[in-house]
Amino acid sequence: MALDSVSFEMAEGAIVGLIGPNGAGKTTFFNCLSRLYAPDRGDILFEGRSVLDVTPHRIAELGIGRTFQSLALFGTMTVLQNVMVGVHSRSQSDVLSNALRLPWVSREERAIRRTAMELLAFLDLEAVAHDPAAGLSFGTLKRVELARALAGRPKLLLLDEPAGGLNHEEVAALGRLIRSIREERQVTVLLVEHHMNLVMQVSDRVVVLDFGRKIAEGSPAEVQRDPQVIRAYLGSEN
Amino acid sequence: MNSEISETVEAASAGEVAARVSAPPRVTPRAWEVAGLLALIAGACLLPFELSGFRLFQFTQVFVYAIALLGLNILTGYNGQISLGHGAFYGIGAYTAAIMIDRWGVPYGWTVPVAGVLCLVVGFLFGLPALRLEGLYLALATFALALSVPQILKHFDGWTGGSQGIVLSRPAAPLGLPLTADQWLYFLSLGVLLVLFMLGWNLLRGRTGRALVAIRDNPIAAEAMGVNAALYKSLAFGVSAAYTGVAGALSALAIAFVAPDTFNVFLSITFLVGIVIGGLASISGPIFGALFIQFVPNYAQDISKAAPWAIYGIFLIVFMYVMPYGVSGFLRLAWRRLTRATAGTRPK
Repeated sequence: MALDSVSFEMAEGAIVGLIGPNGAGKTTFFNCLSRLYAPDRGDILFEGRSVLDVTPHRIAELGIGRTFQSLALFGTMTVLQNVMVGVHSRSQSDVLSNALRLPWVSREERAIRRTAMELLAFLDLEAVAHDPAAGLSFGTLKRVELARALAGRPKLLLLDEPAGGLNHEEVAALGRLIRSIREERQVTVLLVEHHMNLVMQVSDRVVVLDFGRKIAEGSPAEVQRDPQVIRAYLGSEN
Repeated sequence: MNSEISETVEAASAGEVAARVSAPPRVTPRAWEVAGLLALIAGACLLPFELSGFRLFQFTQVFVYAIALLGLNILTGYNGQISLGHGAFYGIGAYTAAIMIDRWGVPYGWTVPVAGVLCLVVGFLFGLPALRLEGLYLALATFALALSVPQILKHFDGWTGGSQGIVLSRPAAPLGLPLTADQWLYFLSLGVLLVLFMLGWNLLRGRTGRALVAIRDNPIAAEAMGVNAALYKSLAFGVSAAYTGVAGALSALAIAFVAPDTFNVFLSITFLVGIVIGGLASISGPIFGALFIQFVPNYAQDISKAAPWAIYGIFLIVFMYVMPYGVSGFLRLAWRRLTRATAGTRPK
């Protein structure tokens, strides 16, 4: 069992950090939320509605976007096309209307492209817009993932270890970026992260998992003082 | 705004960037591409007045193959689902046309769209159980399809004429057009090819095409972006089979004969050879692939009467070695180098 009776709530517009030692169940929890895994018991409510009734591909439509811990980009596509796929859940055209390239399809394509270009500008990716995703630097690809997730206009954004593999300055920039995503785009953020400084710096609330259980929850300062958390991270000494 | 006009998947627009950077207004690589395409179509329209008989028929067959290959490329190249069974859809299309004309007396013009729609449905339905299969397992399932269709055709001999097949008469040019039957079939195939390539290009450069490629590149991420992978994979099967079925119907008209054993496993493998040699996930690839599968076996025969398939095999290996991304990938790279060289270096 990777997760046992974990329960917490997120307020709209909050940035919640989900932390815990390796193997604590953070990513498992994440994958339950984005419907890659199905929990045996319990429920996940999003805006009062159960997420578990929804098929995985409709999660984006509900307003939940995510990035992946180990990058999951579309390698042969350009950066722009990757982000354009992100708009999929917010566009309509189907096989037949696409094949006939009806006038409204052309308009929709232009709108998709515009949305994607705006996000590339927001994340400083314009210079690589037409480069294939495969072959770009790790830090750049992390931003492409973020742009792609934002392209679906999520209300809730799930970030799976966004700081992994980034250097010191990049992590600082990421912190500012997460803040500005929340402020400018009214996005609620759930942040799974190893990088303690980042979590403590950007989160309004922090939830701590250990061995699949929630051991603490509160403001960053509260959590940092919690003896159980300290024990989980430093190991028990008695 | 025009970068996505070239092949959907590829990085494409080195040309676009180069054009934007160079200061004076000039003829863009894009305009050259359009001009080249129009010249090709014009050339194709003149061909039947230069060639005749068997030579012309061979080019008709190239167009027919190209349509089938575009269909297979949508499935395998763009969507990443392998098929060793497209010869079966080709056969279903051919028999649809033959049975409609020979048994029911339907005007031949109707048989081509009907074959397309029938194969769309059959392909979609086959695609549903195929959703559970990937890679080699899907290859085996489609292989089974290729094996069984010729025998099924023989079994229903009341309709299909069994092993003897069905002999048709070649349609004459309509509306009193001054064309021979060969020329008319050539133009008919060319017209269907142009329409289907236009539709395919539209499909693949839009939302649907992006979804297909996204599923191929990373199915989990595609689902997270809201792509209904099951639906798109089945649709890809359906559309792919429809293209191949239309090609089969056209081939029945062009050859004026269908027999079950021509739609064997070897035909399915030949289609796979065509899309790989032509270039996976490209629109122009199927044309080059069709030229290859139509003409290279003949050249191999000219070189060695004793072992033509050994020569064919050598051709295959040399092509793969020299052009690992197929003919279209090779030409695209060459074109990009050329436009970059003429438009100055690309800033990075």
